[in-house]
Amino acid sequence: MARYFTEEHEWIDVDGDHATIGITDYAQEQLGDIVFVEVPESGAMLEKGGEAAVVESVKAASDVYAPVSGEVTEGNDALVDEPALVNSSPEEEGWFFRMTLSDADELEGLMDAKAYKAFVDSL
Amino acid sequence: MGDDAKLPLDSWHRAQGARMVGFAGYEMPIQYEGIMAEHLWTREAAGLFDVSHMGQLQLIGEGAAEALEAVVPGDISALKPGRMRYTLLLAPDGGILDDLMVTNTGRHLYLVVNGATKHADIAYLRSNLPDSVALKHLEGEGLLALQGPKAAEALAQLDIKGFEDGWPAPGDLYFMQSAPCLWGDVPLGISRSGYTGEDGFEISVPAAHTEALAEALVALDAVKPIGLGARDSLRLEAGLPLYGHDLTPETLPVEAGLNFALSKKRRESADFAGAERILAQYPDKADRLRVGLIVEGRQPVREGAVVVDDSGAEIGQVTSGGFSPTLQQPIAMAYVPASLAAPGTQIALQQRGKPFTGTVTPMPFVPQNYHRPPKS
Repeated sequence: MARYFTEEHEWIDVDGDHATIGITDYAQEQLGDIVFVEVPESGAMLEKGGEAAVVESVKAASDVYAPVSGEVTEGNDALVDEPALVNSSPEEEGWFFRMTLSDADELEGLMDAKAYKAFVDSL
Repeated sequence: MGDDAKLPLDSWHRAQGARMVGFAGYEMPIQYEGIMAEHLWTREAAGLFDVSHMGQLQLIGEGAAEALEAVVPGDISALKPGRMRYTLLLAPDGGILDDLMVTNTGRHLYLVVNGATKHADIAYLRSNLPDSVALKHLEGEGLLALQGPKAAEALAQLDIKGFEDGWPAPGDLYFMQSAPCLWGDVPLGISRSGYTGEDGFEISVPAAHTEALAEALVALDAVKPIGLGARDSLRLEAGLPLYGHDLTPETLPVEAGLNFALSKKRRESADFAGAERILAQYPDKADRLRVGLIVEGRQPVREGAVVVDDSGAEIGQVTSGGFSPTLQQPIAMAYVPASLAAPGTQIALQQRGKPFTGTVTPMPFVPQNYHRPPKS
């Protein structure tokens, strides 16, 4: 399984043609206390770069974009009742949704952990 | 004032771990450990807010109160020494140019105006005041707010005395009273006031001593530094309007729910800017009103969301909104048609194409906790 990152601060775990998506620790730290998360329903078709989820902190609303195209297989229902999971465990329990990959080539151009760290350090 | 204007606590905030953002022409702390924790700390203990970006002004000279009354609707000339009042700076058409606190210090009037509007306020005041009244901008001086149920207990540990023997110390003040005090040999202007709905103090302090005072306060167990993020969520819970959002030059006092700022004497004399247009709405003839809303679900509606009718047409606006840390649900302020302003009325809202429902709720959303004089 490989983990990729986007410049929009999402992480994406890829296992074959299945992927799990969430926001990074850096992203949750920037957002602050998260009070609401809206994840896509299973069956939703996502396009790379399109709006996929909404995350709201005390201060502001942010969109989460689909890092790749594909079909949503599961949204993380735990975030409905406990949005703060995104703060406490952004890169594990606080995952947003799972999806199938319709085009694995879209993974090219995403960052690995080392490149993402360098990207964040440059901000 | 350049873009890089620095307030007295700029480097102190950074050393305290604040995240700084641009605000009113300065870099200000939006948060330290997190808005939620800071908000709840202020409701339970005491929070220290740097509000040095706000404008501190003095109006000096015979007739200052009467002169100021030309552009505010409050009974300023009746203010006794040591008393303060919330009032509104009014445009000639009655629109609200700013909201402010006016204190009679006994020697002059002391005004605290909003940071983002202070330069325009100063220009407007100067053009409306006679030459016999001097306007002094205490530019760069510190202004700290200590807010919360433990604020008085905390401030009492600092050995601040009345400016002269027999004059009130901070703990002797009630809500909306003010006194000059001494911290060692440092002069402080202290009022029992604030903008969180809690008991607390605002402390005007010379720039050179601001950091030492902030340091002495956060050294106390009950006190933590609090950023602008929590200041906003606290004032929203307290039902207090924020200038530039809930109040603008297009807003009139009655529709903003600020009838209390139109004093009886001034209503009768009707001699303030925009009086005719303002008083035409008094007391309950405004077409729209600022109301509080409790929003269903967990997703906040924010400034810019709209109030809609059955057909989806816009009939009002949300001017402030967010998630209430105390109530653990979204709350908002909105302007709605007067026919929909009664408590309990369901209000249809739209934000980014999504429908929301709000219920009109009396403000404050969270009970105020002011230190008022005992009823006699």
